[in-house]
Amino acid sequence: MIEFRLPSLGAEMEDGTLLEWCVKPGDRVKKGDVVAVVDTSKSAIDVEIWQEGTVDELVLKPGDKVPVGTVMIRLREAGEAGAPAATKPAAAPTPAATAPARPAVAAARTPTAAPPAPEAVIPVASAGGRQRASPSARALAHELDIDLATVAGTGPHGVITREDVEKVAAARKATTAAPGSMATTKPDGVKSSGPGSAGQARAATPVERSLSMRSAIAAAMARSKREIPHYYLATEVPMQRITRWLAARNAGKPITERVLMAAPLIKAVALALRKFPELNGYYQNGGFVAGEGIHIGVAISLRQGGLIAPAIRDVADTDLDELMRRLANLVSRARALSLRSSEMTDATITVTNLGDQGVELVQGVIYPPQVALVGFGKVTDRVRAVDDGAIAVMPAVTVSLAADHRASDGHRGALFLAEIARLLQSPESLDGAADTIVK
Amino acid sequence: MKITYREALRQAMHEALAADSRVFLMGEDVGKYGGSYAVSKGFLAEFGPERIRDAPLSELGFVGTAIGAALGGMRPIVEIMTVNFSLLALDQIVNTAAVYRHMSGGQFSVPVVVRMATGGGRQLAAQHSHSLENWYAHVPGITVLAPATVDDARGMLRAALADPDPVVIFEHAMLYPMEGELSPDWEKADLRTAKILRAGRDVTLIAYGGTVWKAQEAARQLAAEGIEAEVLDLRVLRPLDDATIMASVGRTRRAVIVDEGWRTGSLAGEIMARIMEQAFYELDAPVARVCSAEVPIPYAKHMEGAALPQAPAVVAAVRQLLAKA
Repeated sequence: MIEFRLPSLGAEMEDGTLLEWCVKPGDRVKKGDVVAVVDTSKSAIDVEIWQEGTVDELVLKPGDKVPVGTVMIRLREAGEAGAPAATKPAAAPTPAATAPARPAVAAARTPTAAPPAPEAVIPVASAGGRQRASPSARALAHELDIDLATVAGTGPHGVITREDVEKVAAARKATTAAPGSMATTKPDGVKSSGPGSAGQARAATPVERSLSMRSAIAAAMARSKREIPHYYLATEVPMQRITRWLAARNAGKPITERVLMAAPLIKAVALALRKFPELNGYYQNGGFVAGEGIHIGVAISLRQGGLIAPAIRDVADTDLDELMRRLANLVSRARALSLRSSEMTDATITVTNLGDQGVELVQGVIYPPQVALVGFGKVTDRVRAVDDGAIAVMPAVTVSLAADHRASDGHRGALFLAEIARLLQSPESLDGAADTIVK
Repeated sequence: MKITYREALRQAMHEALAADSRVFLMGEDVGKYGGSYAVSKGFLAEFGPERIRDAPLSELGFVGTAIGAALGGMRPIVEIMTVNFSLLALDQIVNTAAVYRHMSGGQFSVPVVVRMATGGGRQLAAQHSHSLENWYAHVPGITVLAPATVDDARGMLRAALADPDPVVIFEHAMLYPMEGELSPDWEKADLRTAKILRAGRDVTLIAYGGTVWKAQEAARQLAAEGIEAEVLDLRVLRPLDDATIMASVGRTRRAVIVDEGWRTGSLAGEIMARIMEQAFYELDAPVARVCSAEVPIPYAKHMEGAALPQAPAVVAAVRQLLAKA
């Protein structure tokens, strides 16, 4: 039996709320299949599984908010029969009568936590697993900004009543949070990074999302500045050649097939990283772990506020047209908050491009546990001394590096930026997927 | 001063008959027999057959006659033996009395008062025991009253006769012999407001007519358990006094409606809907109701008792709302 646990879908993710299952018992799954949609503080994420087998049991039910690492699914490996029910933890909120080798038809399964049919007075709540609270309790909790997940219900069938919320509010008043406490700590009863109320099988509302994303960013960035000894480097790269080259490359192509400057910039970073693996990966457990591929997280600002940095995988091996397509796709899906879990976790470095906003220099904050962030400013016309001592006006961009001094040193960082600069000045080397170009 | 509900009604009618020569009483057995619930005992001798008129067994006919008299300037009081029989007069009440002001463009009004007995508990079986107040409370153009106290029995008729439009008064058959203290407030009886008969903080018991006393009994039992129930007497079934209902539910955050009507399509359902519409965010529990079993009211005493809303059922409903079942 394989246990698939709730993966961390971001460095600051502590827990997630299961929104829906995309598989049912009996389904065969393989690595990369989307098995569930989980709401994190950032968005509703399609969670991919990384094992292969047959779904034996869905341990959680929609609405459950659980910590990272909680068992979500039990999988049977090939040839393995379903486990007898007795071996399962009693706490698992699944039907008690679990037949071995359960048939594939699972539609009839409902949470057994539902109370026995009550008298006419109290209606049975929907089986969706929504946190049951009275309207009055909900209204008060909303007013006082109290997360219902932190309130113990004493009403019929454990429903949270107004009085229960009032008790938590009183307790909260009594224990004033220490000033300057980290965003990641949770004063009892106060909403923190959790989107909406736990136990509710719904995606967070835009306002909740925006608030929780803010707190998630706060947690990640505070951790970054707290833990990571950043060093910063920047260099100016002439862009005359690549601008002309890209214009020529796009000439005659329909708008939808044109490649924007963002794609070659990202590609240049990826190719440069091949020579500087110490900038591509994670700093974990007191040491650097190189990334298994070059997966570039692209910082995307969201219209409702906040940002997200989903990954484009294997950028170095992707040709520019494909890279452009994937980038456009990623941006639109990120803005629709429809990302896959691998995209949320796979990035080995982050690239941020604030040139569109008109700034010339980005001094980035590394997204932990990554060890580097590359920033691009605006491509502007600048006065430069050219080879023969003359002065020329030409477009240029300032490329910056924020890097983790625990994993790399400024010398290597400087060489890395120089390599990016070199690549950007020989744009032909950025085209094509063949990895022979650079070597 | 302690008087019975019957005596309070009698005094009210006596006062009206004595004070206004346009007032007359008409209905089955109101004269020689003194009224099927003895409310008009002695009236025939005192006021004479012109003003205390025994009617034939023809509800449609005599209610229609009274409506005609009202249109002609009189102030008739019509007594119908039970709400079950009033169905024969529905056409006159709903299609004529209730709509005349509208149909005549405001030229005519129908100042008729229709009194009728309602409810079960007296072993009068399935054709004399039902509680159909909601049928009338559904109809715009009439005011529907349900006096539950001696104060209202004494005071509501005066207000009803003063109203230029039709008023239907439901007198629960079990209340006639009930004794109560007549307070000076009886003269303040109006046709618009509900009244809190007992204050409480944990749950509002909303009742009218006969069920008010079931609710009161339930509140007494609950008090012994430390649950403080508020008892709200609707008094007026149309128009419903939303403000008093919502204010009470806003305080207690829970409500149980005690309605002798059948559950389906009941007044209780209407009140629940209004609470949901107007006080949803005040609620700490789903609104509950205790209604009559959806059967013709049985004759056998124990079965009749089981079919009607009783205090223990109200207590049980409250316990469930408070998770103390």
